[in-house]
Parts: sequence; C-alpha cells; structure tokens
Amino acid sequence: MKETQTIKNNTHTSQTTERISGSEAVIKCLLAEGVDILYGYPGGAIMPVYDELYKYQDKIHHVLSRHEQGAAHAAQGYARISGKVGVAMATSGPGATNLITGIADAQIDSTPLVCITGQVGSHLLGSDAFQETDIVGISTPVTKWNHQITKASEIPEVFAKAFYIAKSGRPGPVLIDITKDAQFEEFDFKYEKCKGVRSYKPVPTTDENSLKAAAELINNAKKPLIVWGQGVILGKAEDAFKAVIEKAGIPSAWTILGASAIPTSHPLNVGMVGMHGNYAPNVLTNDCDVLIAIGMRFDDRVTGNLATYAKQAKIVHFEIDPAEVDKNVKTDIAVLGDAKTSLTDLLPLLHPNSHTDWHQKFKDLYKIEYEKVIKNDLHPTKEGLTMGEVLKEINLQTKGEAAIVSDVGQHQMIACRYAEFNKTKSNITSGGLGTMGFALPAAIGAKMAAPEREVIMIAGDGGYQMNIQELGTIFQQKVPVKIVVLNNEFLGMVRQWQQLFFEKRYASTEMVNPDFVAIAKGYHIEAQKVSERKDLKAAVKEMIDCEGPYFLEVRVEKEDNVFPMIPTGASVSDIRLE
Amino acid sequence: MSENKQYTVSIYTENNIGLLNRISAIFQRRHMNVESLNTSPSEIDGVSRFTLVVNITESQMKKVIGQIEKQVEVIKAFYHTEDEIIYQESCLFKIKSELLFDERQIQNIIKESNARIVTVNKEFFAIEKSGRKEEIDLLHRELSVFGIMQFTRSGRIAVTKDEMKISTLLKAFQD
Ligand SMILES: Cc1ncc(C[n+]2csc(CCOP(=O)(O)OP(=O)(O)O)c2C)c(N)n1
Repeated sequence: MKETQTIKNNTHTSQTTERISGSEAVIKCLLAEGVDILYGYPGGAIMPVYDELYKYQDKIHHVLSRHEQGAAHAAQGYARISGKVGVAMATSGPGATNLITGIADAQIDSTPLVCITGQVGSHLLGSDAFQETDIVGISTPVTKWNHQITKASEIPEVFAKAFYIAKSGRPGPVLIDITKDAQFEEFDFKYEKCKGVRSYKPVPTTDENSLKAAAELINNAKKPLIVWGQGVILGKAEDAFKAVIEKAGIPSAWTILGASAIPTSHPLNVGMVGMHGNYAPNVLTNDCDVLIAIGMRFDDRVTGNLATYAKQAKIVHFEIDPAEVDKNVKTDIAVLGDAKTSLTDLLPLLHPNSHTDWHQKFKDLYKIEYEKVIKNDLHPTKEGLTMGEVLKEINLQTKGEAAIVSDVGQHQMIACRYAEFNKTKSNITSGGLGTMGFALPAAIGAKMAAPEREVIMIAGDGGYQMNIQELGTIFQQKVPVKIVVLNNEFLGMVRQWQQLFFEKRYASTEMVNPDFVAIAKGYHIEAQKVSERKDLKAAVKEMIDCEGPYFLEVRVEKEDNVFPMIPTGASVSDIRLE
Repeated sequence: MSENKQYTVSIYTENNIGLLNRISAIFQRRHMNVESLNTSPSEIDGVSRFTLVVNITESQMKKVIGQIEKQVEVIKAFYHTEDEIIYQESCLFKIKSELLFDERQIQNIIKESNARIVTVNKEFFAIEKSGRKEEIDLLHRELSVFGIMQFTRSGRIAVTKDEMKISTLLKAFQD
C-alpha cells in the first residue's frame, strides 16, 4: 500500500483520502486531534492498533501503565493540568472494565477524556466470546457519550465527534469501542474535525436579562458571598472571575475542585466550603444575603443538609449545564452560559464595592478557626508529626508554585486546606467520586503534560497501595514526580468516622504496611522515610532538589483528625471545630 | 412536598443504538418506574420519538427532563400533563372461540366498546381495541369475567394539543 502523507502535522486535518486500515486510521485520527501521548495497556482485541503505534512511535508516545485504571487516571491528570483531552486505551473485557473507575471519576469531575477499547470481532458480538464484555452498556451511565464501531469507515467521524464532545461545553469522558475486524478492515480515510452535532448544544445562550438581574442583586447585596467551582477553571475564566470579585469586593470561597483558580493568598479568597472546609465561609453561608454560585454544582459534600442551606439568601447560579440549575438548590436567578463570557459581560454591570464590615466577619471567624484548628495543624507542639506541617514545609519550599495531586482521605482534606496555590490548575484531586488510588497515576499524567512544573503527589498509606504498581510506569518512563505518603498506619478518614460516630470501633481500618522505602528503591526510585520533625525540612529539600522521581514517606500521628467538620446531614453552620 | 402526577414525556432523538439504555437509566437511577414506553419514528426524517408515562412530582419531572436533554443524542424533551395531550393505547385480547358464540354478552361488549375483531379461528378469536387507558381498563374488566387466554397492551402514544416547535428547533440546530 502506498501511503500518501496527508497529515503534515498534528493540527492539520487531512484533505485527501487514502486507503488504510482501521487501526492506522485510529492513529491518524489521534494525530489530527493533536494527541501526542496516550496511556494504555495492550491485549488481543486492540493489538492491531498497538501494531500501528509501533510504526508511529516518533509521533505519538504510548505510556504503558501497569493497570488500566492507572492509564485512565494518568489521562485524567494529563487533562486536568493541560486543559486538553486525555487519551487512554485498553483491550476488551478486563482491560475495558479496568478503565471504568477512571471514566466514572472523569464523568463526575467533568474531565475531558477519550477512551479507546478494543472489542471482539463483530461476528462474535453477543456470543460471550473470549474477553467480550458489553463495555458500551457498562460505561453508558458514566460517559458523556459512547459508541461502538463495527466498520472501519465509521472511525473518522466517530473520533472527530468523540473529541468534540469530550472537550466542548461541560467536558467529560467519551468511550469508543472498536471491534477487531474494524481495526483490520481497509477503507478510504479522510479526516475532518467535528464542528457541531445536531442534537448537542455545548454552551447554552446567555440571557441578557438574567445577567442584568444577577448584577442588580449583587449590586444591592449587603452581605454577598461567592462560591466558585471548577467551572471557572474549565471555562478558562480565571481572569474574568478575578476582575469580577475585585470590582464588587465580594468574599469568595471555593469548592475542592475550584481551588487554585485564584491564588490562595488573594485577599478576597476566604477559603474552602464543604464538609472539611473553612469555618468562616461555611458558617457565613447561612448569614449571607446573596449567594453567588459560579461553575459549581451544590454537591452534598458542599451543602450539608439542604433543608438548612443558605435559606436566608437569594441564590444566583452561573452555570454551563442547564441540568445543574435547581437540581439541588433552588435558584432565584440562573445565568446560563460559559463562565468566561458571562463573567466578562457581568463586569461592566457591577458597581465597585468593598463590603468592609462583612469582610470583618470572615476575619473574626478565621481567628477562631486558627486558634482551634490551624495553629495545631501547622505549628504543633506535641511530638508526632502532623499532615499539616508537611504541607506547610512543601509550601515554603515550592513557594506555592507546585501542582499538588492528592489522593482521597484525611491527607486530601489537609492538602486542599493548606496547600498554597499561586497558579491555576494546581489542585488535582478526585472530587466527586473520591477515588482512592487516583493520585499516583494522575501525578504521572500531570507531570508528563507539564514537565516544567513541580508535581507533588500526596497520598495516604491506604490509597497509595491502590495503584502502587504505577511506580513501574514512573521508573520506565522516568517521570520526575515527587511522591509523598503521609503514613498514619490507618485508613485515616474512615478511622476518624469510626472514632466520632462508631464509638471507636476500628473495624478493618488499621494497616500493617510494608517497607515503602524498600519498595520505591526496588523500582529504582530514590526514597527516604522521616518520622521526626527535625528531619522534615531537609527531607523535603532533598526531594525537591532531586532531578528524578522521589519517594518520601512521612510517619505522621496515627490518630489525628481533620477539623473543621460538618457531620453528614448537619447544617453548614453547625460545623464542628473539635 | 408536591404530589405525584401522571406525566407524558416526549423525547425527540437521533436514531442511534444505545439511547434507550441511556434514557431508561435516567429513570432507573432515581427509582422512578416507567409506566409505559413507546419508541417510533417521528414526523421528522431520521428523528425518533420516545413517548413515556411516569408518575412523579413536577419538580422531579423538570430535573429529569434536564438530565434527558443533557444526553448528547437527545434533540429535545418535553413533558405534558394529561389535559395537554391526545393519546391512545392499544391492546389485544385472545379469547376462546366458543365464548363468542355461547355468550351473547361478549358480542355486546365488543360492539359497545368499539373493539375490533382481528381474527377468528376454531380455537380462539382476537380482538383489538385502541383508546384511553380507562376504556381499555373497562374492556379488560368486562372480558375478565369470561376468561382471557392472553392479553397485552401497548405503550402510550400521544400528540400534543398545542404545536411542539420541534421542527423550528431542528432548523435552528442546522443553521
Ligand atoms: C476506592 C475507594 N475505596 C474506599 C474508599 C473509602 N475511603 C475513603 S477515605 C478512606 C481512607 C483513606 O486512607 P488513607 O489512604 O490511608 O488516607 P488517610 O485518610 O489516612 O489520609 C477510605 C477507605 C474510597 N474513597 N475509595
């Protein structure tokens, strides 16, 4: 077969047609969409595509993860820090099902992914053939869109559509399943990028009246509070957002996925809301007169008991996804559209303001939280190391420039509460699904997408072991991520609940751990363990100075708890400080 | 809390495999029972139409519509109350043939209910009836007395009394 070079570089679409196999077409589609890296794991049903990848290794880098879940999370980490679409690939059956946790995580956290799975030959579909699973059926509830390809000629259109859907509007994961015969079949390939899908309107039109009404409410508010979410970051609206809050002088709090959209030190940044959020923004949610939600979805971890959530306030919701409006909290004014456009259009309608007295309330409550919680976390006087002081040391030594990839548990809450962020897209964590095992592979993807950034993973001893095999990927690919395990020898967060709500019955939360340092070294990763305060600074420095990947285990206090805390079902203003 | 009401849902979609799965999952996840379901071509070429009946509150209905419309291949979804639509259901009864001749009453029932005899043979006869749910329920009650060999009824199909601006909407999608 004579190959006609139609794809000159990664951004051009092919104009002429050429006769190629389905699997070669897959690679050409990826190249046309600007993909230069993908994460995956081979197997029988996807082998033709892998065979083509061999030919294209100079153009597209395949990262062999050690488990398909790792591949999916790595693609997520890549997408989260770059804002581009992450790509993961697996074989049929177990390969495909192993991707599911990552796909579900991407769905709930609105991460753009294109996942490719091989499938048995189309003549075998439905016959319970070897490694056949109905991955389209399985992934339906956790994908933004999915499709099974049984003919090679469908490949270009489906791929173009997949990338368009994954990244447009509210982003999300898309799965393409390709039967093996479609991978072999030859056809006349031609690629055109997708510009629209008839039944799909990614961004709703903003109604000017709703914008005016929102501006009026905000201008007349005496005690306005903004709660922003990841929508600000996904919509690349950071600058517009900053301009809005600065002009209107509104205290602004973030959801876990909204973190880092504006610097932590920004004077209008009043902290995190939610179950382990900061005291002031949680309590004052039930005191503000106008609550302005921007690109957030009133998750139950944020609202606590809905029956008592911000009942006194008028609610304004800036949102790209119409299905989120009034889903959990009834709004007074909904401004549909993408955050960047609507906030830019809002700006000239706003009156300059400063709300000094109202800000004072936040400062007063911060003092209480500082005395009761923050001081003990960051400047402990008792012997054992706290998770908070590890974060403080990392902040100091990275000057808030690092991207923090956290896993799920107590350390995650501590990382999100105390990490200092100067740059956007710096807080990469599993928000909506709370997936243990997320951090290590996600850190790999993040570091590969942004090699110029310091990427530091923070995990607990539990979650670290859920995808610990990805140390192999780090070693093979030489990804210089910094791995910090805050080891409390417990599934800490569950233990905390057992202590507070199950009379200290520590059922299956104690962990007997292996020699983590030896394991890291077994993968030829430099490693160290610290158990005393006096060694922490030097250890963090050694980690940061290390050019390659580095593993740091910190033995922290076994039974520390994360406060503040809103117990499930309680009101945000009933937040406990101890 | 508002009360459950019967709603008829019309969903215009691309004619694609897998959409039934996506749509039914939306109801299933929320523990909502779908009373009846029909899918068919619509007045627009290449566009399918789902008609569903559910008993839920209006606020639930609105949220579900939002979730349905969010599906990439759904063009538009509407919900209607009972008085906003004209609807029909259809049913088939299979009954022993001897009854048709022995029970005069059955012939009256068939006549009065405007049911239609589809086929008659030595063992059984089949009658078909289209109408509103209550009419079919009534016929079912009346025939039950004599014994029904088989019974089946279709999902609801409905058109709205008011215009549904789906064609204009579709044009806008194309522009
Ligand atoms: C895959 C998965 N399984 C179970 C859980 C439930 N869970 C939430 S936090 C947690 C404990 C985490 O322990 P560890 O990783 O040691 O972190 P720590 O809380 O001690 O910081 C568990 C088991 C989860 N979130 N994800």
